[in-house]
Amino acid sequence: MKFLETFFNGAVMAKYLPDLLGAIVTTLWLSAVILALGLSLGLVLACLRCLGRWYLTLPIVAFADIGRALPPLVVILICYFGLPGLGISLSGPAVLILVLAGVLAAFAEEIFWAGLTAVPKGQWEAGRATGLSFARTLFEIALPQAVRLGIPPLVNRALAITKMTALGSVIGVKEILSVSSSAQSFSGSATPLTMAALAYLAIFLPAVILSRALERRFSWAV
Amino acid sequence: MTAPSPVHRRPMLEINRLEKRFGETRVLTSIDLSVAPGELVFVIGPSGSGKSTMLRCCNRLEEPSSGTILLDGEHVTDCRGAALDRMRLKIGMVFQGFHLYPHKSVLGNVMLAQIRALKRPKAEAKARAMEMLEHVGLAHKADAMPAELSGGQQQRVATARALALDPKVMLFDEPTSALDPELVGSVLKVMRRLRDEGMTMLVVSHEMGFAREAADRVVFMDGGVVVEAGPPEAIFGNPQSDRLKSFLARVSKDEE
Repeated sequence: MKFLETFFNGAVMAKYLPDLLGAIVTTLWLSAVILALGLSLGLVLACLRCLGRWYLTLPIVAFADIGRALPPLVVILICYFGLPGLGISLSGPAVLILVLAGVLAAFAEEIFWAGLTAVPKGQWEAGRATGLSFARTLFEIALPQAVRLGIPPLVNRALAITKMTALGSVIGVKEILSVSSSAQSFSGSATPLTMAALAYLAIFLPAVILSRALERRFSWAV
Repeated sequence: MTAPSPVHRRPMLEINRLEKRFGETRVLTSIDLSVAPGELVFVIGPSGSGKSTMLRCCNRLEEPSSGTILLDGEHVTDCRGAALDRMRLKIGMVFQGFHLYPHKSVLGNVMLAQIRALKRPKAEAKARAMEMLEHVGLAHKADAMPAELSGGQQQRVATARALALDPKVMLFDEPTSALDPELVGSVLKVMRRLRDEGMTMLVVSHEMGFAREAADRVVFMDGGVVVEAGPPEAIFGNPQSDRLKSFLARVSKDEE
């Protein structure tokens, strides 16, 4: 019974459940904001890159490459502990949102861009030949096909980035991992960490299942 | 069968001294060609002769290096931005590869530019789309997705998509080249009917039999120049230049 005592201690569970529920809410809203900001910024950057102007493409490619190369934890620590030296003090959640949304945007831009380049030239020509403007052709014809191609990698990336909200634990954000790991210190029991694992499963397993439905919804025979 | 070509009226499409260079390579040299209203002009020639490039210059999918193109007296070559988009509404184009939008239904394909470029109200666009699909014999496929259609059906939808914008001229860029032989007839039937209704058409194609029977005029291009032009009887029955003679000999050998 040592296993149950260590990982599923009923008394510890009851004690820390309210704290953990609050942390779940924090993780959820952080994830929602990061996804919304990151995906839309990535989409906007990919569309701007379509214009083919070097003064847009160059900074976008630099942002995407650097954003994908740096470990998010490094950037989080720099922003949280370094920026106050410049007189810019951001709260833990603000830093977490900015950094993770930025990293997601870097990956999403590349995924949307890859999708856009995969749309055959003839699709653009058909749109332009029927009098549609560049923007209309992009939004009505190219982008829907690019997004459809991008959905599987985007879902993977979105799941990976929302799980990184756990990095908030190093800068005092009261999300799931941070709350359960301090509960673990106070109680001396591993049970709060088990609860954290279960909480992550409860959030992300449905998300994975939902993503499969999404992929089916957006697929059409080509 | 042979309608007299109305050569006395102002041309619907007029190409003057058209040149196209890709870097150092000259693809088109001083092309002069005009298409009268209601005329069906057929362009033939070996591959690489510049036929498709010439056609694509007419709606500026290819940018001419010099020369002018006029549609019903209006300059196509001077248009920029939104004016070019408006000009393209009057120039229908059908591609070798169909290029239907795979994420939209047949009806959606035919309605899109009507609503977004021509700014037609949705109900009107739908009615016009159904009318055009009826015209190409595919009204019963309105709700199908392009991938569910045969190549011939896709090409007829692509034709309906262009026609729904009420163009003044239709450009056909090898419309049957990507089709299985048994599907070619359905597309040619639509083109024949368009011709009988008085649509002005410029057609690049290898369908010599169709050219002989349906074209008002045939233009033979080789090496980026117009070598010979005339009524089909003259072009096929009494070719003047050696280049046309040897081209026709090669083609007829292929057909046997």
